[in-house]
Amino acid sequence: MEQIITCINCPVGCRMQVVLSDSGEFVSVSGNTCPRGSAYAKQECTLPERMITAVIPVEGSRIPLSVKTSSPVPKDKIPQIMDALSSVSLKAPVRLGDVIISDILNTGSDIVATRNILL
Amino acid sequence: MINRKTDILIIGAGPAGLAAAVAARESGVESVLVIEREKEPGGILRQCIHNGFGLHRFKEELTGPEYAQRDIDRASDLNIPVECSTTALSLSADRSVICVSAEKGLQHIEAGAVILAMGCRERPRGALCTPGTRCSGIYSAGTAQRFVNLEGFMPGKRVVILGSGDIGLIMARRMTLQGASVLACVEIMPYSSGLNRNIVQCLQDYNIPLYLNHTVTDISGRERLEGVTVSRVDQNRKPIPGTEIHFDCDTLLLSCGLIPENELSTGAGILLSPSTSGAVVDETFETNIPGIFSCGNVLHVHDLVDHVSAESQKAGASAAAFIRNKKHTTSFISVCDGDGVRGTVPQKIHRDADQEIQLMFRPTQVFRNSSAVIECDGQILSRKKAMIFTPGEMANIVLKPEMLNHVNGDSITVRMERN
Repeated sequence: MEQIITCINCPVGCRMQVVLSDSGEFVSVSGNTCPRGSAYAKQECTLPERMITAVIPVEGSRIPLSVKTSSPVPKDKIPQIMDALSSVSLKAPVRLGDVIISDILNTGSDIVATRNILL
Repeated sequence: MINRKTDILIIGAGPAGLAAAVAARESGVESVLVIEREKEPGGILRQCIHNGFGLHRFKEELTGPEYAQRDIDRASDLNIPVECSTTALSLSADRSVICVSAEKGLQHIEAGAVILAMGCRERPRGALCTPGTRCSGIYSAGTAQRFVNLEGFMPGKRVVILGSGDIGLIMARRMTLQGASVLACVEIMPYSSGLNRNIVQCLQDYNIPLYLNHTVTDISGRERLEGVTVSRVDQNRKPIPGTEIHFDCDTLLLSCGLIPENELSTGAGILLSPSTSGAVVDETFETNIPGIFSCGNVLHVHDLVDHVSAESQKAGASAAAFIRNKKHTTSFISVCDGDGVRGTVPQKIHRDADQEIQLMFRPTQVFRNSSAVIECDGQILSRKKAMIFTPGEMANIVLKPEMLNHVNGDSITVRMERN
């Protein structure tokens, strides 16, 4: 199985051909020009991960609270995490770094406040 | 009208203004004042809730609000006053500013030095000459970002994005995650000016098609936008008849470039560069008006806030040196854009400069396996090789003070050279 992906590490943007086994295991990569490319290709083709950022309304505040995942989460979990965030309601004060939801959807990652809402 | 005095006045409390204020105070100037027209400090970072900021400066990846908070906290630790909801109305060459706020009314502030840190604005629809009706539903990408991230509402449900700059790409993902359908991202050039990371993670992740060599050729809708027509363009960027694609949509976001906001500067007689639309400055970031400095996106549009902060720290330290009466010669070497280079900052250098100077510029096109060089009378003073230089990424080359000894004439040139 072959997959073609673009490297995101630098502006060169190498087009890389990744060979995967039938069971989806990483076999080899070509087309990259540095080791960062091969590390990215392996991660991206076996377990792609993303940071998620979003906003959550805070009762009584005109400005919503911006949040992030404390670490990258599996890409296929993004829709479920956005769903989970849409039903959260919060009260001020919230401080930058506060954990809003711990271990969201068993990813091992927390939803963390990225600003203060003190009112 | 209230009359006040301060040693250093900084206009704008975004990343540039805050970094300049902190550096000025750390250089020993007690009386530093920052004014900001928004309700809180932080500038555009407040609405940039995505991550990717701070890798150079803090060696970690922060979101916009987190990056801003570090500067806000530092300014607060140093007891630097930041007066928000205060809009500067005019600036004079004698370094005085008239500003207004609901709380204090009109104020006249006389400063020993002024640092301009007003940032930039998005290129609006009027400047793009798009045809079609004047319906609602057309926003700049940053305006939509403000609506979604700071005011908590969505500007539309079916979205087309014109321009593939980073803000447009980031908004494609943001609108999608909030439940909108983003139908297309349309780019007139044969390449995107956005980062590869954003093309992959904001468009490809959500199967949003990127139409290169395309532009919007019609906009329809009476009250609200109902649809846009997109056409392929030829190599002269002229639409090709017969290539029209129609999209039913209620929202068009424009991500077509940023322009430094220099209305205050021109009022004071500050000279602007036609290639950056920012002030012409020397290596201390001083403009042609003594004691008025410029830094951050009001000077030239940056890609990374880390570079804004670094530049603004230098401007803050320079303003402090000006207050202390540290004088340079008035003899300058001008810095010119050569082949393949535009927007070099600073545009002039004191002949007696005694520190390393970073000359910042943008290549005019993609250069692979090439060098940037500093040249004077056919002699190469410095050379920097790289695998790639692209217009989407500001480049720099360092000029060492000892190189200035080799400059006999009045100018040096920065240009690109293929290896």
